[in-house]
Amino acid sequence: MPKAEEYKNPNLELIEVIITGNQEISPGVHLISWKRTHDFHPGQVVKITADPKIAPRIYSICSGNDEPEIRVLFNVKEDGLLTPKLAGMIPGMKIRTTKPYGSFKDGKEPAWWIATGTGIAPFYSMFRSGISENKTLIHGVRQLNQFYFEDELEWSLGDRYIRCCSQEQSCNVFPGRVTHYLNQINDLPTTINYYLCGKALMVVEVRDLLISRGVPYQNILAEIYF
Amino acid sequence: MKESLFGKTLNDLTTLAVELGLPKFTGKQMAEWLYQKDISSIEEMTNLSKKARELLAGKFEFGLIDSTKVQESIDGTKKYLFPTNKGKFIETAMIPDDDRKTVCVSSQVGCKMGCLFCMTGKQGFQGQLTAGEIVNQIRNIPEWHEVTNIVYMGMGEPFDNLEEVLKSLEILTSEWGFAMSPRRITVSTIGIVPGMLTFLEKSEAHLAVSMHTPFDDERQKLMPVQVAYPLAEVIHEIKSWDFGRQRRVSFEYIVFKGLNDSPRHVQELCKILNGIKCRINLIRFHPIPGTPLVGTDENTLQKFKEKLNDKGILTTIRASRGQDIYAACGLLSTKELGG
Repeated sequence: MPKAEEYKNPNLELIEVIITGNQEISPGVHLISWKRTHDFHPGQVVKITADPKIAPRIYSICSGNDEPEIRVLFNVKEDGLLTPKLAGMIPGMKIRTTKPYGSFKDGKEPAWWIATGTGIAPFYSMFRSGISENKTLIHGVRQLNQFYFEDELEWSLGDRYIRCCSQEQSCNVFPGRVTHYLNQINDLPTTINYYLCGKALMVVEVRDLLISRGVPYQNILAEIYF
Repeated sequence: MKESLFGKTLNDLTTLAVELGLPKFTGKQMAEWLYQKDISSIEEMTNLSKKARELLAGKFEFGLIDSTKVQESIDGTKKYLFPTNKGKFIETAMIPDDDRKTVCVSSQVGCKMGCLFCMTGKQGFQGQLTAGEIVNQIRNIPEWHEVTNIVYMGMGEPFDNLEEVLKSLEILTSEWGFAMSPRRITVSTIGIVPGMLTFLEKSEAHLAVSMHTPFDDERQKLMPVQVAYPLAEVIHEIKSWDFGRQRRVSFEYIVFKGLNDSPRHVQELCKILNGIKCRINLIRFHPIPGTPLVGTDENTLQKFKEKLNDKGILTTIRASRGQDIYAACGLLSTKELGG
C-alpha cells in the first residue's frame, strides 16, 4: 500500500515550454500542446500558467503517454484570468508548466469511465495510451458539439462508447444526463472499478447512485474539476 | 441593488470616500461604524456629516443580511440560515461551551470538493461568498459581542475562495475592524496547497487540515482532492513553514469503523507527522443519507486517542455539538433550499 511519506515532494516547479499547437476544437474549448519533456501515466495532471503573475491551474493531460507532445483540453472562461490568455496564444509562444503528477490512474482491470464536458481528458489520455480494453466510456455533455474526439472513440470503442446529451438530441446519443443513463440500467456491474471525472455535482451524484446500487465506494475513484 | 459597504476593508472604504470627495478619514469612521458598533444603516453613522451620509446612501447600502431561520439544539448550539446576495442560502453554527462562544462560518455556497463523508458536498457548488457575507455570519447573530472564537469549518473550502476569505480575516483581525486576535481564529482546509501557502503568508490565524487517513489510496477514495493535492505535498509544505510559538496547526480526523482506526494508522500518523508540532482532533462521524461509512465505536475511539497521545502526538476528541439540528461537523447543507 503506498504511503504518504513515500511520495517525494513533487517539486512542482514551473518550467517554460514552447507551444506547438493551440486549436479550438469546439466553441470555447481549446486543445493546447507542447513537446513532451517527461514521461507520465495517463490520468495525470499538470499545472499551467501563461504568465508568472497568474496562479497556475491544474489540467488533466489529454494525450497518449508515448506521443511526442503533451496536450491539454481547456474551457475558456470569459471572466477567468488564465484561460482567455491561453486561448490567445499561438505556436512559438511560451507557457509555464509543471512535470506531470497525480494518482488518477487506471490499470488492466475492467472499468467504467464516466466523464462530463472536458472531464473526458484523462480518459482520452488513457485511451490514446492503449488502456481501453475492458473499459466502457460514458461521456455526458449539454450540446452535441461537445463530444470531443467522438469519431475516433466511436470507431475504436464501438458500443463501449456511450454519449449522453442533456440539451440536444441525435441518433445513437442518449437523451439526458449521465445520471439518467445510469439510472435506467438495471444491472450495473458491482465488481468493476468506476472512474469519474468532471464537476463536483456530477461526481457526487454519480458516486451516490453507484453506491446505492451496490458498488463498494472503494471501487470508485473520482477527480473533480475545481 | 446598491453595493454593500459591509465587507469592505479600511483601504476600500478610504478609497471610496476619496472618490466621493469626502475627507480621507471618513474611511476609518465608516469602518468603526460597520464593524464595532450596533447600527445597521448609513443614516446612523452620526459622526459623518449629513451630506456625507446622503452621498453614501445614494450609492451604497449598509449591507447586513438578516438570518431567516434559527434552530436551537438541546445542547445550546444554534444554527442560523442566511440568504446570500445571489438568492442562495448558507448555514452558520454558534456553539456555546462554558465561557466560550465559537462561530463556525461558511465560506462558499455548497462545495466543489465532493468528500464522501460530507453533506455539504452533496449539494455541489453554487457560488462564492463575499467577505461581507462571511463576516455577516458573525456580526449579524445576536451573540456577536460574546463571540470568542471563529472557525472556518462551515460550508465550503476556504482556500477555494481565498481572496474573500483573506479579506474577511483582515476585517476580523484589524484594529479598525473586529480587532480579534488571529489566535482565536482557525481556518480549515482539505489541503489546497497554493491557497494554504498564501494564507500562511498573509494571515496569522491557525490552520487546520482535514486529513482523515494517512494513506493515500484510502484518502483518495474519501476525498477526491487527494488526486490533485496529495497529502504528502500538504505535509511537506507544513514542515517547511515556521509556525512560530503561538500559531497552531492541527489535523482533523473523522474516525470511521474499520477504515482508519487501526494501530497501522496510528503508526503511519506518527511517521508522517514526525517533526511537526501539531495536534490531532479526532471527530466522531455524523452519518449522512446513503453513506457507506460508519463511525467507529466509543471504545476504539478512546484507544485510538490514547495510542496517539502515548506516541507523543497531542490528540483530542472533538465534542459533537448540535447533532439534533444537523449543525454538527459535516452536516451543514442547504440543498433543499436550492443552494
